[in-house]
Amino acid sequence: MSILVDAETAERVARLELPFNSFGFDPYGISREAVARAMIMARLMYRKYFKVTVRGLEHVPPRGRAMLVGNHSGGVALDAAIVISAVFFDLNPPRLAQGMAEKFINRTPFLSKWANRTGHFTGLPEHAARLLRDERLLLVFPEGARGTAKLYPERHSLVQFGTGFMRLALETRTPIIPFAFLGGGDAIPTVFNAYKLGRAIGAPYIPFTPWIVPIPLPVRLDLRFGPPMHFEGTGSENDDAVSLHVERVKQTISQMIDDGVAERSRRYLTDER
Amino acid sequence: MTLRVLIPGISGAVGRMVATRLAAAGHRVAGIDRRPWPYPPAGVDVYQVDIRKRNAEDIFRRFRPQSVVHLATVTHLMERSEDRYRINLDGTRAVFRHCNTYGVGHIVFVGRHTYYGAAADAPLYHGEEEPPMGIDKFPELADLVAADLYAGSALWRHPGLITTVLRICYTLGPSGQGTLARFLRGARVPLVLGFDPLFQLMHEEDEARAICTAVENPVRGVFNVAGPPPVPLSVVIRQAGRTPVPLPETAWRVMLGRFGFPALSRGAVDHLKYPVIVDSSAFLQATGFRHEHGDARTLHEYRDTFPVR
Repeated sequence: MSILVDAETAERVARLELPFNSFGFDPYGISREAVARAMIMARLMYRKYFKVTVRGLEHVPPRGRAMLVGNHSGGVALDAAIVISAVFFDLNPPRLAQGMAEKFINRTPFLSKWANRTGHFTGLPEHAARLLRDERLLLVFPEGARGTAKLYPERHSLVQFGTGFMRLALETRTPIIPFAFLGGGDAIPTVFNAYKLGRAIGAPYIPFTPWIVPIPLPVRLDLRFGPPMHFEGTGSENDDAVSLHVERVKQTISQMIDDGVAERSRRYLTDER
Repeated sequence: MTLRVLIPGISGAVGRMVATRLAAAGHRVAGIDRRPWPYPPAGVDVYQVDIRKRNAEDIFRRFRPQSVVHLATVTHLMERSEDRYRINLDGTRAVFRHCNTYGVGHIVFVGRHTYYGAAADAPLYHGEEEPPMGIDKFPELADLVAADLYAGSALWRHPGLITTVLRICYTLGPSGQGTLARFLRGARVPLVLGFDPLFQLMHEEDEARAICTAVENPVRGVFNVAGPPPVPLSVVIRQAGRTPVPLPETAWRVMLGRFGFPALSRGAVDHLKYPVIVDSSAFLQATGFRHEHGDARTLHEYRDTFPVR
């Protein structure tokens, strides 16, 4: 391990329960060294730069398949970075939450390599199903790119959820751990999305903040996990049946966001910042 | 049980290994190839004929094989020629026709995992049910894909013939034969800058064992065959004692085939950007096959057999 890796990150990486081979890669190409390098940066954000409060981490199973399902907040994947950090640094044993990446990432030089080495594969049902059958922890944002495109006034809202995650959960009998992430919209307040510019470089859009580039402010972030939700079925049910389950998950996350907003307001009023 | 096994394409590196193993296991082995095999081991008869010609059919008639291992395909992707197309398509058609005519019980068609193609939006692990992708960008694959699909169609065209289609990952070994071995031959091996796809490789002895396992355990269907879990291409290159050289994609046309880099067709670029990895669990379940050579051992053996000068 590189001497640049801090002791906490090195210890957490060493305790990851992934089947790394003698070269330090798991069967999906996740690299122990690349995870360590990525988590150095994540740790600085999680422990130092932001003030992060995490609740309900006990709901995330320490082993076995599970799907972390939550809201997008902020113009870039800050939410994903904080969720990944929480289960890596504060769960015992540490787990690697694996995100389902937008398709453009795998086509983009360097970004493709980084995402693949740290376990974030293109959001294909085949990838998700295989990872779950291998008892991995999946990180899913059912709002997709529409969710990260939310503007500042919409930061506590939810846009339409896709249904693919629910079919997978049913098919693979995977518990869903709902989570709500708050503060991403304050850290990176998107005021405008340049869709044409984004498409020109192969991305869905480019977010602009009042200070143009999406560099986050060091604000307070709240992450809260809810109890596991179990659904019965095979994944081949009709759309109406699956949509009902999806709506239950969405309502749960929406309630968790409302609770989080109320708590943030109370904290603000009592000057707990 | 002793089998009469006929191997079209016996004189290639894999054909020789398969023939030697089958003969050592007590089977009667005959082979057909345009290329010579001057001193085959005892129990192996080699006929130097073209599989597409009439005298090849005569060998089926006289030898009456119970099992056929079809290795008479050109699989390396470095070159494209009319002859290669004819061998892969007409040769495969001839083999299946003769199998049907002369009552062969079982045929093993040896194809390649490159059948699936490499694409940015393809799943990392391919199952046997998946269609080929990316042929539009890599037309050199078209004849191999067509031969594979033709072999697969025998499953319903000739229900009396047990057809096993194997899609085997890259192989490496002391023979120095095969796409990967040729790609790794020089001191400097190119990568596409910003990409480092997973590569799945197995030792050529394990490939031969897998084919022999299929011969001795006739199973109907299409099966992926692989060895150890995949590793990134940069690791493959370094462990093989070579130096990876990341080149911008725009520089590939200028650099390849020059300055000690291997000559590759333009379509091969995607295979160096995106992985082609197969799930071989169905073959394992059907036959119990397990590889014996680890990836480090395979790569180091290649490094020692073909040192960089």
